[in-house]
This record gives sequence, C-alpha cells and structure tokens, in this order.
Amino acid sequence: MNLIEKLRHLDVPGPTITSVTKPFWEGVASGEFLIQKCGECDKNVFYPRTHCPHCWSNRLEWTPASGKARLKTYSVVHHPGHPGWQDVAPYPLGIIELEEGPSMLTQLLVDSPEDLKMGDALHVKFVEVNEIWRPFFERDSSRD
Amino acid sequence: MRKRQRSEAAIVGIGELKPVRYTEGATTLSLIAESVRLAAIDAGISKDEIDGLLVGPQVGETPQHVPATVSEYLGLSPRMSNVVDLGGATGAGMLWRAQAYIDAGMCETVVCVLANINEKGKTPRSPNRNPIREFDVPFGASGANTSYALLKKRHMEEYGSTQEQFALIAHWARKNAQLNPDAVFYRQPASVEDVLNSPLIVDPLHLFEIVMPVGGGTAVIVSSKKEIINRHKHSPVYILGAGEKVTHRAVSQAPSLEKAPLSFAIPHALEQAGLHVEDMNLLSLYDCYTSVVAQTIENARLCEPGQFGEWMKHHSFGFDGDYPLNTHGGQLGFGQADLAGGMSHIIEAVRQLRHEANSRQIKDAKYALVTGNGATLSEAAALVLGGEA
Repeated sequence: MNLIEKLRHLDVPGPTITSVTKPFWEGVASGEFLIQKCGECDKNVFYPRTHCPHCWSNRLEWTPASGKARLKTYSVVHHPGHPGWQDVAPYPLGIIELEEGPSMLTQLLVDSPEDLKMGDALHVKFVEVNEIWRPFFERDSSRD
Repeated sequence: MRKRQRSEAAIVGIGELKPVRYTEGATTLSLIAESVRLAAIDAGISKDEIDGLLVGPQVGETPQHVPATVSEYLGLSPRMSNVVDLGGATGAGMLWRAQAYIDAGMCETVVCVLANINEKGKTPRSPNRNPIREFDVPFGASGANTSYALLKKRHMEEYGSTQEQFALIAHWARKNAQLNPDAVFYRQPASVEDVLNSPLIVDPLHLFEIVMPVGGGTAVIVSSKKEIINRHKHSPVYILGAGEKVTHRAVSQAPSLEKAPLSFAIPHALEQAGLHVEDMNLLSLYDCYTSVVAQTIENARLCEPGQFGEWMKHHSFGFDGDYPLNTHGGQLGFGQADLAGGMSHIIEAVRQLRHEANSRQIKDAKYALVTGNGATLSEAAALVLGGEA
C-alpha cells in the first residue's frame, strides 16, 4: 500500500469543526485552500476565526490562498501521541509560513525528511485521512 | 516595571509526595489532601489557620468547581480561592498570586496545591474542542513531544546547537538526581552517550530528554501572620520578585520561535527583586525537555542567544558547582507529576534557602531563580526567592 492509501485508512481523529471554521474544511474537501483577510487592516489570518487578532475587527473575509509556503521548522514523529498514526510512523511534521503570512502546522509528504531545510519551498496537497480531506504539504521543486 | 514592595508574606510550609511511576488506589483529591497535610505539618499550623486556597485545573476528576471541591474534601472554608491554569508555570504563578491576595487583604494564609494520579494503561485523552485540537491534532501532532521537537529543531537549525549539547542537560539532571533518594531516576545515572543512544521519540528529541510522567503531589503554604512565621521551626523564604507572560497556545501560532515568553518573565522577576542573575545561588529551571533548559539559560541572559552549549562547557551544575542547577534532579531526574512537576522546582529552592537540603546543600545559598513553563513555550512564570538562613 502506498503512503496516500495508508493515510486514507488510518483510524485517527479528525478536526473538531465549528460553525466558524466550516467553510475552511468544506473548501479543503473541494480542493480549495481558503484563509481569511481582514477587511480593516488587510492582514491575512489563519486559523479561521471571527475576529482579527491584529486589530480586533470582526470583518474577516474568506479568500483563496496560493497554497505556497516555506518551511520554518520540522520534526519526525517516531512514537505518535495518538496510536492511530503508528502505521505511517516515522512521519515528518512542519511549521510552515504561508505565502500570505500566517503560520500553520501540517504533515509533510516528503521521501527523505533528513534533507529538509528551513526555508524549503512547499505546496499544499490535499489528502484524505479517515474520510476527512486535510491540507498536507509537499515539496515545490519549481520554487527551490 | 518597578522594584517590588517587600511583602510580609513568606513561604512557611512545603509538602511533597515521593513520586511513583504509577499510582494505585489513589485519586487526585486524595493526593491533594496528603500534600496539603504534609505542608501544614511542615508549617506547624492547623487546618483552621488556612484561609486561602489556590488549586490547578483537573482534566479528569474535577473539570469545574475545583476550589469548592477541594475545600469540601479537606473541610476548609477559604476566604479566597481560585484556579491557576498556566500548565507547567502554574506553581510559580500560584506563589506570587498567593502573596498578592494576602497583600490585598483578602486572606492571611494560603495553601497552593497541585497533585496528579498516573494510572497504568490509562492515558487520558484531552477533552479539548478548541483551535489546537482542530488545527494541530488532525495532522498527527498529538501531545507535547511533537511541539517541543519542532522548537528544538528550530534552535539547532538557527544556531547550530548540537545533540551532544542538549544531552549534557539530561546528563546533569540524572547526575543531580543521584543525591535525591525520592527521584524516579535515583540510582539510574545517564551519560551523554546514554542520552544519545536512547530512542528517538520525535526527532530530534530522545527518550532521556523527555520527562517521565509519574503520580505525585506538592503543596506550598504562604502566610503573612507574624505568629505563624515566628512559630515556624524553619527559616522563612520570601518571594522577592515575579514575572509572567503568556503568548500563544499552539506552537504553530507562536509570535516568535526564538523569543520565548520566559525572556520577558525572567528579567521582570529579577528587576523586581533588584538582583542580577549572577546573584542567584540556585537555578531551579523548569525542564520538561532538555531544550527548555537550554532556552531558559539563554532567556535568563546567562549567555548570548544560541550559545548555551558553549556556555555549559565552561561550567559545572551540581550543588557544589559554580552554577547549581536543578539540584533535586529537575523533572528530568525527579519525574513529572503533571502540573505538580513545576512545583518541584519551588520546593527544592525552599529547601536550599532554608539550608535543609542535606547532602546536596548549596553552601551559603541565599537567592534562587525559579522558572515555570506551560503548553508549548507559551505560558511562562519566574520567581526570585530569598532566604534568611
């Protein structure tokens, strides 16, 4: 079974989706990566919320993100906190900075994590895990 | 920021349970009760003299109404009670709050208590339904190990710090634990090589760089009553300065991966005390992971950012060293009874400043820096404690 197949069959927790974050996960399920932009201060915001953490405006608007990001740091999980992930361990996790500014945590789909470097170019790759589509990231060799 | 007014309140009692790998036949409330009982005996006071209560959150048994539940169980009727919820910084956060509530005239004698069971085969799963649960966990990042591995890796990449440098911190914790018969790793020293040969749990963190979860509990009593302080058979210990800072919850949302909240809290505490970090006779630094000690050394400005490894090479960290560090073994050597783990750094500082640390007593110990750290380098508290002995 290849990795994408293995991931699909994992028995692991999905997101605890709220009425505020639902559009984000619906976007991911239909192949769209949405973040929010503040209608007052123009800053981009992730994770989705009702108030801009920079200026407290409540006028946040959904906007498509480029899906491009850079690696800030990573780790390789050998012993997952939740046993459901064991089938794909060891697997790399990263904190990435989206091209639009905000940071997020994600799983990295790379063959040799030991070659990862801070600042590596990444691109979103939607992956289905336990019936929920999730925005993982992979290398973007076109931007190295 | 200004120099702290000298408070009348002093630390007059400490109670600490010997940590056990797994608890049997205990509840969190029973461990809280025993910790408080020991602290009251140490202080030489009766339960009716306690009129303030600070407790921590309890994920399992008592998610709400914790002060009322603990008061009822112990037959206490506090005039002030509250929950302090700062993860590993809770203990340090409790101490300055106890003093502040006393100084505000709300109460005179406060017990601060944290305890936790650890039952074999029962890993409590967090009931969180908040952003970290929604946006970190679904990617495979459950538990603190992944977050601290990300932070450690960033330090290594940013500054070129090495695995050997981090392993030295675990080695010193185990070494100091050999003078503490209560430590879970008593009679189990570990060399730098042992640390590096222990399994990678989340690369770059090895098993021996991560605290061992245990069951246990600790309580500290703070009082301003002259009569209690004078009756006390131990010399009082004072809170000379405190600092606190909260910056984020999930590591992915940290405003900076380099500037941890302790870099704000420690200078604040030292400035309040009117002291310099070099005046400290004990560094009682929160150590859930080796990398947290590394960053705390840098946040305390004992060396330049990124230079902890080089700095440590030139110093010695036992009770008889030039920078005594976590002389009880730290949590890496002593064990971490959940939130009570952070309180162990306070208990050891009090022992040292009372000059009651027996075979590991630091000569002429007068001042200690205590730090606490919660979540993912998110919640920070620092205290400067001073003794009279």
